[in-house]
Amino acid sequence: MCHQSVGLVSRAIEAKGVPTLSMTSAYSITSSANPPRAAFTDFPLGHTCGPPDRPEMQRSIMRDALALFETMEQPGIVDLGYGWTAPWKEEALEPVDHRTPRHDTPQYQNQDDRAAAVAAHGVGVACRAGAPGDTPRS
Amino acid sequence: MVVRQRPTIGLMAEPDRRPIDYIALTRETYAGLGYPPYRWALNEDPPSWAALGKPLSEARLGLIASGGVYRHGQVAFTHRDDVTHREIPTDVDTSEVRVTHFAFDPAAARRDPNVVFPIDTLRSLVAEGTVGELAPLALTFMGGIYSQRRLASVLIPALVDRTLEMEVDAVLLVPV
Repeated sequence: MCHQSVGLVSRAIEAKGVPTLSMTSAYSITSSANPPRAAFTDFPLGHTCGPPDRPEMQRSIMRDALALFETMEQPGIVDLGYGWTAPWKEEALEPVDHRTPRHDTPQYQNQDDRAAAVAAHGVGVACRAGAPGDTPRS
Repeated sequence: MVVRQRPTIGLMAEPDRRPIDYIALTRETYAGLGYPPYRWALNEDPPSWAALGKPLSEARLGLIASGGVYRHGQVAFTHRDDVTHREIPTDVDTSEVRVTHFAFDPAAARRDPNVVFPIDTLRSLVAEGTVGELAPLALTFMGGIYSQRRLASVLIPALVDRTLEMEVDAVLLVPV
């Protein structure tokens, strides 16, 4: 879903004359949304820019990805050639719904964040259903 | 006795390079739950194309990330088609970056936000001269938005406007 949203945002920005590049680890979704430039990394979802705590590899991936701004001459998805060494695809291919409930109130990473947001914005904004700037739900 | 085992991905000499087809996988998963199939965006018309008119080393780069990234002190995203966005200064202390999402395991991103919000990575690339500079603000949202209509009518115009206001030369987008 994220890959779809990003693909659509990418198309909209490029249509205003600003070149865009999307990272992607979901080839079929990005292909269907069809953004101008995409760089494919074959990682489990949630690691689009590389494995955690591997800054040198992350920089290498990003250099290769950003170089596409200067080398691509037409729309497409380029496989950067990075993959995950540990087994993960068999588990990822099981048709299991891993999604957590889609709560309609802000979902903080921790209680400290919630307290800080309440202090900055008030409980009515920081904890209400919907979010600031959101349009009313029908 | 010889037991034949089917090869396990990752144990093979070469990793399986076939990308997972998440559209097919989602269709199968939803069908198993009795849900109707989701209608994924299918754009058969080619995208617009804008060339980068200067070297990347002289370009101002924008960052847009959809992994539900917010900064400590900001209001977190909801998980139900939240079409708002957050703006995070690109000189943010990485220890203040948070991640909230319903559709992927955020453990790695919470340990190292760079996996979905490559802020230290991009700052390094600016320092080494690969990238000219970063836009002052990164734009973030929670991309698990099922309503393409609300995405197109609310969130996309806001992201486009803020991107154009920052006068960037190029934009990097990072989904999860």
